[in-house]
Amino acid sequence: MAMDILREMENLRREIDGAFKGFGTGAFLEPSFLPGVGLQRFPQVNLAQDKDNVYAEVLVPGVDAKDLELTVMRGTLTLSGERKDVTATEKTWLRRERGLGKFMRTIDLPGEIDADRVVARFENGVLLVTLPIQEQAKPRRISVKAS
Amino acid sequence: MGQKDISVHGAHEVEKRQQSDEIFIRPAVDIFETEEGLTLVADLPGVDKEELKIDLDQGLLTVQANGKSLMNGDLIRREFLHGSFYRQFRLSDEIDSENIVAEMKNGVLTLLLPKSESARPRRIEIKTT
Repeated sequence: MAMDILREMENLRREIDGAFKGFGTGAFLEPSFLPGVGLQRFPQVNLAQDKDNVYAEVLVPGVDAKDLELTVMRGTLTLSGERKDVTATEKTWLRRERGLGKFMRTIDLPGEIDADRVVARFENGVLLVTLPIQEQAKPRRISVKAS
Repeated sequence: MGQKDISVHGAHEVEKRQQSDEIFIRPAVDIFETEEGLTLVADLPGVDKEELKIDLDQGLLTVQANGKSLMNGDLIRREFLHGSFYRQFRLSDEIDSENIVAEMKNGVLTLLLPKSESARPRRIEIKTT
């Protein structure tokens, strides 16, 4: 009865299409960014790299910037925080897919990071971290001289 | 399961899909009911208020948003994909569609869907004589 008030449209075709588009990466199409639910990793992280920096993009929707903690130690980045409940009023749950609670995750970074120059930006529930690679860890071109 | 609705919407969908090869992601949602109405909470990380589209057309609520990556460099590890968020719900007449309130904070959308007066529970006073 309760669900009659709001019913989700089953966009079956869209989802089937999505399943095939994401073939091979299917698991990442899961809608959940859930902490503490099953084996789902939270938060989810994408890593990128260019010659000067490593970049991390972390999905932390609904987490306040002040509840986030970021630690860089040698070649690892550790993220911890808490996603808090919004309301405490009496309610009947109809759907509960978002998780709540504390989380922590450590990610291995490629190469040594200059921890003093790490910059983190938080925007719309996404954390963008720029991790500069240490000078001595950068690849160096060695010129070969012909004699 | 509302077969009719699916086919009606399908007509729009075909059009849209021909234009692009986008990936659609169903955002995770929490929905709960109180005496005043329903609250829908959706995770939309990376979505700006301006990019969010909420439509209500004949009781069909559509939440749609474009997500994009702000990251530079070459990807070396991927745990999630960027795509458009898309999810639809059918609301009953019991929702007062004129007074829906939407709020976006930290990549989370909160939609307050108030019940119409007639659908609210009413306390009935018992008079003692």
